[in-house]
Amino acid sequence: MMREIDVAEVRDAVEGLCISACYDLPQDVMEALKKAAEKEISDVGRDTINLIIENAETAARERMPICQDTGVTIVFLELGQDVRLVGGDLYEAVNEGVRRGYTNGYLRKSVVDDPFLRRNTKDNTPAVIYTDIVPGDKLRIIVVPKGTGSENMSALKMMTPAQGMEGVKKFVVETVDKAGSNPCPPIIVGVGIGGMMDKAAQIAKKALLRPVGQPNPLPHIAKLESEILEEINKTGIGPQGLGGCVTALAVHIETYPTHIGALPVAVNIQCHAARHAEKTL
Amino acid sequence: MRRLRTPLSEEVVRELEMGEQVLLSGVIYTARDAAHKRMVEAMDKGEALPIDLEGQVIYYVGPCPPKPGQPIGSAGPTTSGRMDSYTPRVIEKGLRGMIGKGLRSPEVIEAMKKYGAVYFLAIGGAGALLAKRVKAAEVVAYPDLGPEAIYRLEVEDFPVTVGVDTRGRDIYEEGKRKYRKC
Repeated sequence: MMREIDVAEVRDAVEGLCISACYDLPQDVMEALKKAAEKEISDVGRDTINLIIENAETAARERMPICQDTGVTIVFLELGQDVRLVGGDLYEAVNEGVRRGYTNGYLRKSVVDDPFLRRNTKDNTPAVIYTDIVPGDKLRIIVVPKGTGSENMSALKMMTPAQGMEGVKKFVVETVDKAGSNPCPPIIVGVGIGGMMDKAAQIAKKALLRPVGQPNPLPHIAKLESEILEEINKTGIGPQGLGGCVTALAVHIETYPTHIGALPVAVNIQCHAARHAEKTL
Repeated sequence: MRRLRTPLSEEVVRELEMGEQVLLSGVIYTARDAAHKRMVEAMDKGEALPIDLEGQVIYYVGPCPPKPGQPIGSAGPTTSGRMDSYTPRVIEKGLRGMIGKGLRSPEVIEAMKKYGAVYFLAIGGAGALLAKRVKAAEVVAYPDLGPEAIYRLEVEDFPVTVGVDTRGRDIYEEGKRKYRKC
């Protein structure tokens, strides 16, 4: 039995999610920031985290964007295989939702039409859309406005199996260390390991959606997460790079089976304004 | 806490020390990647710049559009390093201050020392709080660039920290050294 969903519902959901994602910092991120303020030993670092919290509270109360970089709109769709979409083109509906959300929510339009010609499309379209087909008759929509301050500090490396966990650890910590203050720490570090080049990057991004600090269910991966987090927080970068012991709030690793000769590793960095919002139709 | 009003003189800028908290008031200008590129291209062609940079402060920001009744939407700093390849040229033209976040190149720091310019930091991602210190905003150049146009902002007690001073002392290096292995 197919369930029908009109793409107009998708459009309206995306519009609302763009706005709420940019105005309301998720509760788990807020909690993680409050814990970080308690943990931080640098006075400047602690003051900085408290201002970051105050900023997020102000944005929510006054219905304005937490950060002016309202990003490229990344949209994850988990489409139930028993859903029949009616009323038009799904991706056009998603983009129309982005167009309306960024206009009606007074969000910054940051997308240029071509990497070299660089003409602003003036409505933040097109979104970057990922679709997974899943069992069921629902459509889950997750909107992630991703800014470039942190995205530009991300990195990918095709490592060799011999480099193993130690090699991965070194690469992730070096990537964060090199980024320094640029990605607006305290950051969340998404790491994708395995698959092929593209898969590693995609799961690194998806790792950012996990509730902050929730460990990977695999014990050896959870251990690696906590070891990398400890190393990152020894760099001394601290909140906003001004020095301190909280450079990252969490390290989230996702893994995927890979080739006998491969160890792809992608590091996707998320600033403290870790924005995302979701709705299930 | 020191209060300063723009434009800034070389003398005042050379007094500022890394780590000092400053409240800036007066006029500042916005410019990011695309506006810097156009300014430097204009210099290369010997054309006049759309704004006189002498004594001025540039804020690296692309603000959100204002809601009705607001002068500006969220307006926090962007990553300064993307402007590094253009920055020594604008410092030569008399620019005295930059507001942004993140690391600067050795070439930028050399130009700051030589000509007398300071790098201020604002808190990245605190766009809603910082917008409240902006009292007026108008586009003065390159309107086709949208959020990347040059805006003239009137600010009051805009909170910044001296990130790199005219002696080249860098708060990021010193802060990191202090807390390494903490």
